[in-house]
Amino acid sequence: MPDLGKYADTVLSAYAISIAVLIGLVALSIWQSRRAQARLAEIEARSNAAKST
Amino acid sequence: MSLWEYANPTRFMQTSGKLLPVVTVLSLACLIVGLIWGFFFTPDDFRQGSTVKIIYLHVPSALMAINTWLMMLVTSLIWLIRRHHVSALAAKAAAPVGIAMTVIALVTGAIWGQPMWGTYWAWDPRLTSFLILFLFYLGYMALWAAIENPDTAADLTSVLCLVGSVFALLSRYAVNFWNQGLHQGASLSLDKEEHVADVFYFPLLVSIAGFVLLFLALVLLRTRTEIRNRRAGALISRERLG
Repeated sequence: MPDLGKYADTVLSAYAISIAVLIGLVALSIWQSRRAQARLAEIEARSNAAKST
Repeated sequence: MSLWEYANPTRFMQTSGKLLPVVTVLSLACLIVGLIWGFFFTPDDFRQGSTVKIIYLHVPSALMAINTWLMMLVTSLIWLIRRHHVSALAAKAAAPVGIAMTVIALVTGAIWGQPMWGTYWAWDPRLTSFLILFLFYLGYMALWAAIENPDTAADLTSVLCLVGSVFALLSRYAVNFWNQGLHQGASLSLDKEEHVADVFYFPLLVSIAGFVLLFLALVLLRTRTEIRNRRAGALISRERLG
């Protein structure tokens, strides 16, 4: 850990907030992607089943 | 091969599916190297002390906040002129990434501003235009969410994007337009005399590359999500009609 001197709180809080925002954005994007993929697969399966009957 | 082929959702899904893992790995590598290099292996600035390390977050995020809106402007224009659905969905997909970048730029700027300027916030031209850009991002996302018909939503958000572009450009050039306010000039410039010292410059470039690639990865992922949601909506409508 580098010696951040009297600005340690300033630097660390900037990094903590930024990394939290980036991780939150990535996690939200992955979650939405998986949810959309599962929903589409379910609807396509239902649609294919209806076509075959 | 024409760029317009990617306006075909099937073609876009195939190509983006191959590109996404590569871009994701590259973005993670650049972000990790850039931020670790900047945080651990660069000296303090003689005036700013260790707060100079915030530059590796603040500059790339501010750059991406503005350029995300410019990307949305281009894709919105493509939608308005050529009516390619993928371009409208790409603009919609980019907005949450842009707002996150704007939040990081505003927050890291405020945190840095307190010890350096003696205040978290000032109604400085660049800061104010950035705050307005943030509000435009909010309005853009709210407008997409508020309108049920996707084509109408794409039309209206594209017009909003055109208007907001004034503030995106203003936030970039505000320092040059008005010789007042607290915010200093650009940290990066094509004119080597103007930008930061090399010891800060090279890790900053790697960090910027990481942010650009992360943006690209997220926009690809989110556009794929929007295309899937659009297809799901179309299938449900067909089921109801049937």
